[in-house]
Amino acid sequence: MSSAVGAAPPRHAASPSPSDPVHRRRSYRLGRWDIKYSPYLYVAPFFVLFGIFGLFPVLYTVWVSLFEYDLLSDSKVFVGLENYRVVLDDAQFWNAAYNTIGMFVVSTVPQLLVALMIANLLNRQMRARTVLRMGIVIPNITSVAAVGIIFALIFADRYGLVNWVLGTVGIDPIAWRDNRYASWFAVATMVDWRWTGYNALIYLGAMQAIPKDLYESASLDGASTWRQFWKITVPLIRPTIIFTIIISTIGGLQLFTEPLMYGYGLIRGGASNEFQTLAMYIYERTFTGNFEYGTGAAMSWLLFLMIIVFALINFALVRRSVKGEQK
Amino acid sequence: MSVIRRRLRTVAVAALAAGVALGSTACSKSNDNDGSTGEGGEVKLVLQTFQNFGYDQALKDFEAANPKIKVEHQKMGELRDFQPKLVQWLAAGSGAGDVVGLEEGVLLQYVQNHDKFANLLDLGASELKTTFPEWKWNNALTPDGKKLIGLGTDVGGLAMCYRKDLFKAAGLPTDREEVSKRITTWPDYIALGKEFKASGKAKAAWLDSATSLMQPYIMQNSETFFFDKDNKFIGDTNPVIKQTWDMGLQMAADGLTAKAQRWSGDWDAAFKNNAFATLPCPAWMTEGVIKPRSGPANAGKWDIAKIPGGGGNWGGSYLAVPQQTKHPKEAYLLAKYLTSKAGHLAAFKEAGAMPSDIEGIEDPAFKDQKSEYFSGAPTGLIFGESVKNMKPVFLGAKHQQVWETILEPQMQAAERGQLSSAAAWKKAMDEAKKATS
Repeated sequence: MSSAVGAAPPRHAASPSPSDPVHRRRSYRLGRWDIKYSPYLYVAPFFVLFGIFGLFPVLYTVWVSLFEYDLLSDSKVFVGLENYRVVLDDAQFWNAAYNTIGMFVVSTVPQLLVALMIANLLNRQMRARTVLRMGIVIPNITSVAAVGIIFALIFADRYGLVNWVLGTVGIDPIAWRDNRYASWFAVATMVDWRWTGYNALIYLGAMQAIPKDLYESASLDGASTWRQFWKITVPLIRPTIIFTIIISTIGGLQLFTEPLMYGYGLIRGGASNEFQTLAMYIYERTFTGNFEYGTGAAMSWLLFLMIIVFALINFALVRRSVKGEQK
Repeated sequence: MSVIRRRLRTVAVAALAAGVALGSTACSKSNDNDGSTGEGGEVKLVLQTFQNFGYDQALKDFEAANPKIKVEHQKMGELRDFQPKLVQWLAAGSGAGDVVGLEEGVLLQYVQNHDKFANLLDLGASELKTTFPEWKWNNALTPDGKKLIGLGTDVGGLAMCYRKDLFKAAGLPTDREEVSKRITTWPDYIALGKEFKASGKAKAAWLDSATSLMQPYIMQNSETFFFDKDNKFIGDTNPVIKQTWDMGLQMAADGLTAKAQRWSGDWDAAFKNNAFATLPCPAWMTEGVIKPRSGPANAGKWDIAKIPGGGGNWGGSYLAVPQQTKHPKEAYLLAKYLTSKAGHLAAFKEAGAMPSDIEGIEDPAFKDQKSEYFSGAPTGLIFGESVKNMKPVFLGAKHQQVWETILEPQMQAAERGQLSSAAAWKKAMDEAKKATS
């Protein structure tokens, strides 16, 4: 550990006691220990907590996924990888995966693009700038359950606001829950309503770190605002974009509450599982019906792997497509 | 407390969803009851119920009569939120209350896996046998008759709630006696519905949803529902189920139903928008479901007639004592008190839960009860009569799952025309077989 910490003078070495060689040796040793071990102590709380609440459950899930574990009767039979075979063979699992990825794409792509635009607008000189900047995160601090209830009513099939508005302009009511893509759209609206402002704020933070003279010289060279945005702003906040995409991937693939509330709290997510996500299906298998703890654990692991794969793919895609000028 | 009432969505779902979203696993707030024998030999019991058992007053009375026992009542939201937690607590060996509420739709699951519950017969419950109807008692008994895991709380009873104002607009009789006479059988009921529609004067459907027919009709006409007494799935071969399915969907095809998805926001709105004229209603549904949804604006517009096809039951619950309790004796005392006549009547007064206690049903406090909201209908009399000659229906361990998550959604899909009746039926049966194999 030849870090910068090691370069700092040990605190104990500063205490003067030259006359006593034993004391001096001891304080020297203490100082060495301080340098060597205290950094580990400082970061330990995180790793201890992570080990208890993060790592252990994850590993225990692996263990459970190897059993046919009925929570209700508490019977546990070792079945090896059988649970994984069952899950991979299950049409409802793939349906849930399809819904999850579909809703993720439908919600995240517009969400991040709009967030980028909003951040760009807020990055200008304008009146009441702080109020507006704070305002866009307000949706994010509302309770997700409350959002779910309200949007479920807005998109209600019969007495819903959206269908009523459509009706006044002569459009037939949309079956918001029976039509798969309509339901995805509605759920995506909910997700975007909450998260667009949050991402915009993160982008805004990154944009403020871009030196203004870059824009000035670009203007002098005759670059339009639009061109400045794509050629200066976006490349320079690339690390932030990658961050938001990975965070959105993790959050989006774990989507649970919004579609659950949207389907009036029914875990099956639509009569034919039109908007049941993987997280919902895991819950359904684990905590209702047959209480198949092992199967649920296996599915959780597959979801975990899926998130890693998706995060890596997105990372690679973004890195390639948004190339910075600073090579 | 009943099959349906537990499913009132909104708030409880919100709690559940928020909990899961936060990534919290089983919460441990109930762990503070572990063997807490407080100062002066005082015993603290935890009672966990779902929905509204109406025990606030009853618990006060119990504590007054047993000064050494303190009861903490944890209301756990809807059964669908409570049930998964309870299963986890039972499996983990800690966390469950000393007394817990079980609904009849899931009771048999626990009777099958009864080792997590104390045997109430060992605690002295045999003395209570005669205070309950036989079927209510036997439901919580293991097949060998040696272990009892629950004492009965309420029963559903059955009646037909109807909208007087809409009946009047369509030129139908509005008096509850007369209405009862016009709908003595289900074909009568459908015929009157057609008359209602043909009048063209009321801008409402006859019934809220085709699925509303299922519970009452099947409960009246079959001794089994989706499962035979060996817990084998017979939903596909039990003729009454298909018969009701067809009858309900025929009503939908004839334009007699409002096609509202029950327990959805749309359904709630349909009450306020006067979208339908009748609704088969168990006792717990009157004050607990219809009244809050229809709102004060519709007070006095509802009334209650007898259910077509005679009596019947829909819903009802039990109280059980988990094996993990540190105070089985005191827990039994509590369950015994709450399922005694006094406890039953207090719960009826507070939550409209109809007593399953034999004496309770005969008590004037129940018998003479009238409902102001329902035009002064004699609810005690109507519901009391509906369960008098009822035959017990065997539900099976996974009844609730098959009904709530499979059959009802598919029937609704067929009602809305998303699937053909045949396709929806096949899908429901395939899924049910998969889920119960």
